[in-house]
Amino acid sequence: MAKHQIRVKVQGTEREAEVESRLLLVHFLREVLGLTGTHIGCDTTHCGACTVLLDGQPVKSCTVLAVQADGREVLTVEGLERDGKLHPIQEGFWQEHGLQCGFCTPGMLITSYALLQRNADPSEVEIRQAISGNLCRCTGYVNIVKAVQHAAAAANAGEQRPPTTAA
Amino acid sequence: MIPAAFDYHAPGTLDEALALLAEHRDDAKVLSGGQSLLPLLKLRLGSAGHLIDIGRIPGLEYIKEEGETLAIGGRTREVELERSELIRAKLPLLADTAAVIADPLVRNLATVGGNLAHGDPANDHPAAMLALRAEVVATGPRGARTIPIDEFFVGLFTTALDAGEILTEIRIPQPPPRSGGAYEKLERKVGDFATAAAAVQITLGAGGKVVAAGIALTNAGPTPVRAVEAERYLVGKQPSAEVIVEAARLAGAAASPSADRRGQVEYKREMSRVLTARALRRAIQRTTRAARATPAARAEEQ
Repeated sequence: MAKHQIRVKVQGTEREAEVESRLLLVHFLREVLGLTGTHIGCDTTHCGACTVLLDGQPVKSCTVLAVQADGREVLTVEGLERDGKLHPIQEGFWQEHGLQCGFCTPGMLITSYALLQRNADPSEVEIRQAISGNLCRCTGYVNIVKAVQHAAAAANAGEQRPPTTAA
Repeated sequence: MIPAAFDYHAPGTLDEALALLAEHRDDAKVLSGGQSLLPLLKLRLGSAGHLIDIGRIPGLEYIKEEGETLAIGGRTREVELERSELIRAKLPLLADTAAVIADPLVRNLATVGGNLAHGDPANDHPAAMLALRAEVVATGPRGARTIPIDEFFVGLFTTALDAGEILTEIRIPQPPPRSGGAYEKLERKVGDFATAAAAVQITLGAGGKVVAAGIALTNAGPTPVRAVEAERYLVGKQPSAEVIVEAARLAGAAASPSADRRGQVEYKREMSRVLTARALRRAIQRTTRAARATPAARAEEQ
């Protein structure tokens, strides 16, 4: 019952598929497009492991229908890396050990990426508020906050100096 | 989790949406931000044969001043309320409220109209709108009608909206000078419903006496609770420390919460009292200084 032809721009590339009305965006990404970087954690709108950008804003993709994304743009964790080079936010999580088991990391990265797009130099409070919809059961958040600060500092330093090759 | 099968409609105009609603009536649900409805469908606590997505209808997301009224489009997202300079300046109670609903990711999709139309007494906007004496605009096949907020919440998950109507606007009277408001919420963690919460809107007269008071409680009964006796008690009095204590006591007495994992009845009622006192103090502070509800201003007030 009720199939819909949808077109969604994922990491800038137009993807097209026929989907059921009730298909969730996270299932569309993982099962139809094979983008399994976006995780399913609680599946009840709490944990934020499934966070993706929808038209530039971080949302929980377990609580959006794939049909709602028709004609819109999605960015998943797979879209952060460019030409084999980690995005500064990924670099930050690596350098500051912003993960342990890594399950929450795709969501944390996307939420942090969106924060830095909006606010290039967030305070610790602003970082903690921004990631308050993303749960991490390992780190205690301390290194996640440091990772975001690392990325912000790197980006701000990069504005003053020409970029060098990544470590 | 996957919801039971339904058909999805994405009307491009309000008229199309109303026609679909008229056709499917009780078998249809209006999909706004989806942050309450989709979890409900996934958990199979609710079902619908048809979802009518009003997210592609232009012109339902706005915050604007219309003379003596502040008008908010039904599909306005919480993130817009939270970041609106106009809301912070005019209705700090509403800025407070939007900033503590669910979590930031949910607030990027959740809408103020959806928060009200869901009819959940655990939601945060109902108490805020009661305190602000808002009106709800319901648009149906025969046009729009205005419902006073006191008549809007009929029962648990039940509102005065007819099956053929869509909540299109919320209208809030512009507070007069020397007004202030605040929302105080106790939650176990970000994203949880309130253990208890209190919304307060106050206007002082030239002599410093209370000339108008709106007080309402979240999650304190099967419908959002207006603390009528506390409101009546305050009007005409200087809001001294003792008066605030008594008003808060009356508000706590108006709460009839039920026990759950968030606490026992006695605890929740006591928290309703404590939070009302805090909200009263903050609201009164805000009548005398530039009303700002930024996190920095809040930290400064504390």
